[in-house]
Amino acid sequence: MQTQRFDIQGASCQSCVRKIREALSAIAGIDDVQVDLDAQQVTVTGTADSADVQAALAKAGYAVEDTPPHTASASPASTDQEQQLAITGATCAACVRTIENALRNTAGVNQAQMNFADRTARVSGTADTQSLIDAVEKAGYGASPVDDNDDDGAREQQEQQHYRRLLRHTWLGLGLGVPLMAWGLLGGNMMVQPGTASQWIWLAIGLLTLAVLATAGRHFFVGAWKAFRNHNANMDTLIALGTGAAWLYSMAVVLIPAALPEAARHVYFEASAMIIGLINLGQALEVRARGKTSEAVKRLLDLGAKTARVVRDGPNHEKREQDIPVEQVQTDDILRVRPGEKIAVDGIVEEGESRLDESMLTGEPMPVSKTIGDTVSAGTLNEGGTLLYRATAVGKDTALSRIVALVKKAQGSKPPIGRLADDVSAVFVPTIMLIAVVAAMAWFNLGPEPRITHMLISATTVLIIACPCALGLATPMSVMVGVGKAAEHGILIREGDALQTSSKLDTIVLDKTGTITEGKPALTDILCAEGQQEDHLLQLAASLESGSEHPLARAILEAAQQRDISPDRADNFHALNGKGVSATLNGKSYRLGNRRWLESEGITANLDSSSLTERGATPLFLAEGNTLLGILGVADRIKEDSRDAIARLKDQGLTVVMITGDIQASADAIAKQVGVDQVMAEVLPEDKAKKVKALQDKGRIVAMVGDGINDAPALAQADVGFAIGTGTDVAIESAAITLMGGSLHGVADAMAISSATVRNIKQNLFGAFIYNSLGVPVAAGVLYPLTGSLLSPVIAGAAMSLSSVTVVSNANRLRLFKPQRGKS
Amino acid sequence: MTLLINLAGLLLMVGIVWWFWLSKSTTQSQNVSDQGTTIVVADGVYSPATLRAKAGETLTLHFDRRDPSPCAEQVVFHGLDVSEFLETGTITTVTLNNPPAGEYRFTCQMQMYQGRLIVS
Repeated sequence: MQTQRFDIQGASCQSCVRKIREALSAIAGIDDVQVDLDAQQVTVTGTADSADVQAALAKAGYAVEDTPPHTASASPASTDQEQQLAITGATCAACVRTIENALRNTAGVNQAQMNFADRTARVSGTADTQSLIDAVEKAGYGASPVDDNDDDGAREQQEQQHYRRLLRHTWLGLGLGVPLMAWGLLGGNMMVQPGTASQWIWLAIGLLTLAVLATAGRHFFVGAWKAFRNHNANMDTLIALGTGAAWLYSMAVVLIPAALPEAARHVYFEASAMIIGLINLGQALEVRARGKTSEAVKRLLDLGAKTARVVRDGPNHEKREQDIPVEQVQTDDILRVRPGEKIAVDGIVEEGESRLDESMLTGEPMPVSKTIGDTVSAGTLNEGGTLLYRATAVGKDTALSRIVALVKKAQGSKPPIGRLADDVSAVFVPTIMLIAVVAAMAWFNLGPEPRITHMLISATTVLIIACPCALGLATPMSVMVGVGKAAEHGILIREGDALQTSSKLDTIVLDKTGTITEGKPALTDILCAEGQQEDHLLQLAASLESGSEHPLARAILEAAQQRDISPDRADNFHALNGKGVSATLNGKSYRLGNRRWLESEGITANLDSSSLTERGATPLFLAEGNTLLGILGVADRIKEDSRDAIARLKDQGLTVVMITGDIQASADAIAKQVGVDQVMAEVLPEDKAKKVKALQDKGRIVAMVGDGINDAPALAQADVGFAIGTGTDVAIESAAITLMGGSLHGVADAMAISSATVRNIKQNLFGAFIYNSLGVPVAAGVLYPLTGSLLSPVIAGAAMSLSSVTVVSNANRLRLFKPQRGKS
Repeated sequence: MTLLINLAGLLLMVGIVWWFWLSKSTTQSQNVSDQGTTIVVADGVYSPATLRAKAGETLTLHFDRRDPSPCAEQVVFHGLDVSEFLETGTITTVTLNNPPAGEYRFTCQMQMYQGRLIVS
C-alpha cells in the first residue's frame, strides 16, 4: 500500500473530478482517489503502478503535457479542410482542453479549437468526421457534425420538446386523476375497507399514482430535494410536499387502515395525480405565454445581418468581393451593401448614395438619405442604391449590440415598486410551510372529527395553493414586456427606476435647441426691397458669407446650394464680431449684418422685419453701399411635430417648460408657436441644472429633455433625464431614457409606455398578493365554519397553475400598447 | 398521542426555521477561479449555489442552463444591477466587474433559483 501524488492540469470542476475517478477506477490496485482542484493534484492510495495511473490520466486528458501533441504527418495542406463539431457533455472550461487534446491526437488533425461558449469545435486537417467523433466520444463526450445556421432551429426545437414533455406529463397526471376524481364525485367509494378487495384495488391505484409521481412529477421531487440540500425551498418544494403528503397518507390508509379512525380512511391518490397534471399544464401554458415576452429582444437580435460582403484587394490589386460571416468583419474593412440588404456593422459611407430604413432602431418611419461621410448602423435596411462603407464598429461595439445589451439589462432591472415582492418571495416558501404546519396543528387540536383527514387536507391545500411564482413574476414580466415594447419604438429605458418615476412626473423641461428645434439654423425668409429678386439677394449674401464659418453663414450657403446658386468671389472680406460682414463684389461694397450696425453706418432700414422677429428668426440686413436691398431671415427651425408632441404632453397633465440661452423675445416667440406653458430664457448652459433643481425644490417631479452631451448635468439633476438624438449616434449611456428618434413624440410615448407598464405591474402585484393572501387562509380552512367543508387540494392545484399564467398573460397585454401619435 | 403530534408539529416548525433561515450552508461554496466558474442551472438549484470571491477582481461566471423551463431563463444579481438571459444548450458567460465587498443574492426572475455571491 502506498500513496502517490500526480500533477494534473485542466481540471476545474466536479465533473472533471468524476471523470478522473472513473478513469482511475479501471486500474487494478487503487483503493482511493483524491482530487485536489486547487492544487491540481491527484492523490492515489493503493498498489497500482504509477505508469498505469499516468497513462489513465493522459487518456482522460488531464495529464501534464510534456510531449507536444501528435500531429499528422501525411500530406497536409492539399486536402486540408475545416470542420465544425457540436460537442455535448462539456460542462466546464477545463473540458475544453480534454476535448482539444483528444482531437489533436487524432491522426490527420492539424488544428483543433473548441469554443466553449457555443460548444462547438473547429477542426482543420485531413481527418474524416467519423474519426473525430470517435475521438471525442472516447474522451467521454459526445460530438456531431454541425450544420450551419441551425442554431435557432435547434433552440426552437428544444423549446418545443420541453413543451411537449410538459403536455405529456399533463396527460399522465390527468389521465389517472380525472377518472379517479370522477369516481369520487359520482358517489364511488373512496374509503378503504380493511380486509376487502377494495384494499387491494386501492393498493394498485396507489402504486400507479406513485408511477405518475415518479415520471410526470419527477422534476418537482428532484428539484425539491436538491433545493433542500442547499437550505433552499422553492416552488418544487411546495408541490413535492403537497403531493407527497397526500400520497403517503393515502398509502398509510391502504396499508394500515386499522391505525386510523374509520372516518379518516379516505384516500387522496386522485389529488396527487391531478395536482401533478394541472401544474404541468400550467407550466406548459406558461412556456407558450413566456415565449412572447422576450419577443422584442429576439426581434432586435434578428436585425443583425448574418453575412457581410467585404471588398478586398486581390493578388493583382484588383478588388474582390466576398461574402463572409459577420463575426469575421474587422474595423476598417470596406463593405458593400446592395439594395434590399441589411447594413452588417456600423460604418461610414465611402461611396454611393442611398436611403436607409432606420425605423427598427429609431422608431422613425421615414427612410434617411445617406451619402459619403454619413454614418450607417448595423441592422438598418438599405432601400435604395448600393453603398460602400468602411466598418467603424463591429461585434459588441455596434449601436445595435449596445442597444440589445442595454435593453436586456433594463429588462432585468426592477422598479422600486417590485422590491416588496422580492422581499416577500425570498422568505415565501418556508413561511408557507410553517403556515401549513400551523393549520394542521390547529385542525388537530381544535377541529372536528375526522381530525387526521382535516389536518392532511388543510396542510396539503395550503402547500399547493400558495404560488410564489405569481409574486416573483409580477414585476419582471411587465418590465420585460414594457422595456421591450419601448425599444421597438426607439425608446431605450436604462433602468426600472426610470419606468416608475416617469409615470409620476408633473413637469417637463425641454431644451430649445435640438429638442424643440432642429438645432441647426436655416434660411427661412427673404424679404426683398422694391425691384429686387430673391435669388439675386441670396447669391449676394452667399458670396459675402462664403469665407465665414459662422452658423448663420452656413445656413445661407446651404440655402444657396439647395437653389443651385454658386457664390461669386468676394474681396476685402471683413467679419465684425456681433455686427456682420462686409466685402466688395465687382467693385461695389456690400454689407450684411444686424439692423443696429447698418443704421450706425448710416443706412436706413426701411423694410419691416417684425414678421421675422415674431417667429423668432434672426433678420440679416443686406445693403449695397447705403441702399438696403433686402432682409434675410435665419432661424433654427422648429421640428415639424414639436407642437403636436407638446400638446400631447400637456394632455398628459404635465407643465411644459422651455429652457434656452436665447434672449427673452425670441424665446417667447418660439414658445408661443409651440405652446409651452413657461419659458426660461437667457439661461447659461451651466445653469440649466440649477434651474431644474429650483423646480425640484418647489416639490415638482421634473423630467429634462436635452441632447445628452451639452445638457448632461441637467439630465442627471432631473428626476428622469431624456436624451434626445437623431439617429443611432446618440450617446445612449448618457440618460435614464434615450430617444433614438429626434421627435418629441418619443417623450410622450416613453411616458405613456412607462405609465402602462407601472399600471400593469400594479395589477400583477395586486393580483398575486390578493391571490396568496386570500388563497392561503381559505386553504387553511377559515371558511369551514361557514361552508362546512375544506377547499379541495385539486382546486388549489388548478388555481395555482392558473395564477402564474394569468400574470404572464397580463404582462403580455402590454405588447398591444400603441402610442397615440398624430393628434393635433 | 395528542402531545406527541403537537410536539412533532412544533419540532417541524423549529426545524423549518432552523434549516431554511438560521443555518445557511457554506459547505457547497466554491471560490470563483481566474478562468471562471461554471454554474449548472438545473432542477431548481444553481450548483454551486454559494460562490466566494475576493473584492477588486473581475469575476467570470459561466452559466450552463440545463433546465428548459422558463423559470431558469434569466439570472439576476441583486444589488449589482446585472442580469442576463441564459440560453439552454450553450454556456452564457456573465462578467461582474469588481463587485464591492458584500453578500449578493443571485436568483432567477421568480427567485426560485437562489444563489449567494460572497465578495470579501
